[in-house]
Amino acid sequence: MQRTGKKKNTEGFKMFLMILPFLILVFLFSYYPLYGWIYAFYDYRSPLPLSHCEFVGFKWFRTLWRNPTQVQQMLNVLKNTFAMSFLGLATSFLPVLFAIFLNEIKCIRFKNIVQTLTTLPNFISWTLVYAVAFSLFSTTGMLNSVLQQLGLITEPLKILDSSRHVWLSMLLWGTWKGLGWGSIIYLAAISGIDQEMFEAARVDGAGRFRIIKDITIPSLMPTYLVMLMFAVSNILSNGMDQYYVFQNSFNKQSIQVLDLYVYNLGITGKSMSLATAVGIMKSLVSVTLLMLVNQTSKKTRGESII
Amino acid sequence: MNKPKKQPREILFHMINYGVFAIFTILCAYPFYYLIINSISSNALSANGDINFLPRHIHFQNYVDALKLTGLADAALVSVSRTAIGTVCTVMASAFLGFMFTQQRLWHRKLWYRLMVVTMYFNAGLIPMFMTMKNLGLTNRFLVYIIPAIVQPFNIIMVKTYVESLPSSLEDAAKVDGADVLTCFFKVILPLCKPILATISIWAAVGQWNSFQDTLLYVTDQKLYTLQYILYTYFNQASSLAALIKSAGTMTTIANIVTAQTPTSIRMTISVIVVLPILFVYPMFQKYFVKGIMIGAVKG
Repeated sequence: MQRTGKKKNTEGFKMFLMILPFLILVFLFSYYPLYGWIYAFYDYRSPLPLSHCEFVGFKWFRTLWRNPTQVQQMLNVLKNTFAMSFLGLATSFLPVLFAIFLNEIKCIRFKNIVQTLTTLPNFISWTLVYAVAFSLFSTTGMLNSVLQQLGLITEPLKILDSSRHVWLSMLLWGTWKGLGWGSIIYLAAISGIDQEMFEAARVDGAGRFRIIKDITIPSLMPTYLVMLMFAVSNILSNGMDQYYVFQNSFNKQSIQVLDLYVYNLGITGKSMSLATAVGIMKSLVSVTLLMLVNQTSKKTRGESII
Repeated sequence: MNKPKKQPREILFHMINYGVFAIFTILCAYPFYYLIINSISSNALSANGDINFLPRHIHFQNYVDALKLTGLADAALVSVSRTAIGTVCTVMASAFLGFMFTQQRLWHRKLWYRLMVVTMYFNAGLIPMFMTMKNLGLTNRFLVYIIPAIVQPFNIIMVKTYVESLPSSLEDAAKVDGADVLTCFFKVILPLCKPILATISIWAAVGQWNSFQDTLLYVTDQKLYTLQYILYTYFNQASSLAALIKSAGTMTTIANIVTAQTPTSIRMTISVIVVLPILFVYPMFQKYFVKGIMIGAVKG
């Protein structure tokens, strides 16, 4: 008995050795970077090693609250971040509607074509989205040349090089890229609804919109709520790629979201320590948000989302 | 199913419904079409913005010239290699780890599993990541595209769930026959996991092909630029493009108005080169993409 137990243990340990290289990778790229938070407490200047830099304690964090220009800048960045996130949340029901109305289309062929082509933009990179945007909407792009040829305008419209409607255009690009794909999950949920419910409702004389309101939407709510909770916990993380590629000197003040700001501050602006401090604040708030949302989910739905 | 008579309201609903979807679908597809027709039309017309609906004076010289552009062939090689190598590495690692985490005997299995899964929910941030890559000596190395992407907790969870759903009798039979854990993995589990691995590889490949941020952050050596990065610089820096056109202009001594390179022609051509693999791969493997999100949703 003892011998088999021991044999089992050595075998288990051998298996551990086999996955050890991968565990080291996890450590190196997920845990070890946390050590980099230390840069926020130093006055780090790029080529110097950390030991030659001055330890400044919470100076950078205080700067974030006290230095008026910095506070101004930070408020502006947060305004953009929340604006983009709330616009995203406010339009988060669009994929649900997309799925519901696509489901009303009975021509399978048409449905498949719509599905394939509308999900396609989700799989291209933001750099390519920018390439598309530039080709169509730059001062020499498709839209301007068509409008000029028609004689509707004499001067090209500045669409990308403008600080106006930046939030809206970012929302529209996000929708263009993500709407079709976002609806896939709801389409699957719809096909999972018991078909007899629809039949019964139809026999009872319920119209299309009545059925959507009383059967389809309630069945989709659980899925929608989970997606919504994820979106809420990611409220500070808009990602950087989209805003980075669309960023230029005209729209910088309205496009700079938190993730992009950290990049601009730390990599472009070389204020690595301050950027790390901003990043730390963001990480801490994000993790707290995720836990809060998870708690809420546990209480209201009896299920955690993570 | 008894069909009620079509009422005018019903017809109107369908007209609007089909119409809205048709418009949105065209909005999604047209940009790709626009890039393609402009890359194969007369470069003079395309630079003028005359090509909007149909290609004119079709030629493929742009693609021949593109190969000669400084840096483009290198970038294509980098993009293709990172996609191929990166995908193989992460798929194999996901399969192996996903399987190992199902093995009850594994020493402190739950601890390692939790330590890995929890990394999905936090990250140290951009600057600490940058410093990490620097300290590990990965900046300006090809490996920066591969190594950090090997262990993907989400993929590992997918494989683990899948392996757990397989009948355990197969694995047990192999063990009775004296197969050790590696033999069991390669001979029994790996072949059975093909469907889930197909899903993972297609997602990993698209992720690698589209990745832009890692080049931006960790790479300054032009030899390691990816197609995505080059694409961005072509659209964003008019100066580098002007230099390129000069280098391309020397290739055709008699400037032909149809095939002489213009900023527009170069931009369109490289955009198409970047998007073409996705356009080919996506419709073919659509069901795998969908399967990926479905499993993810069930887990989520």
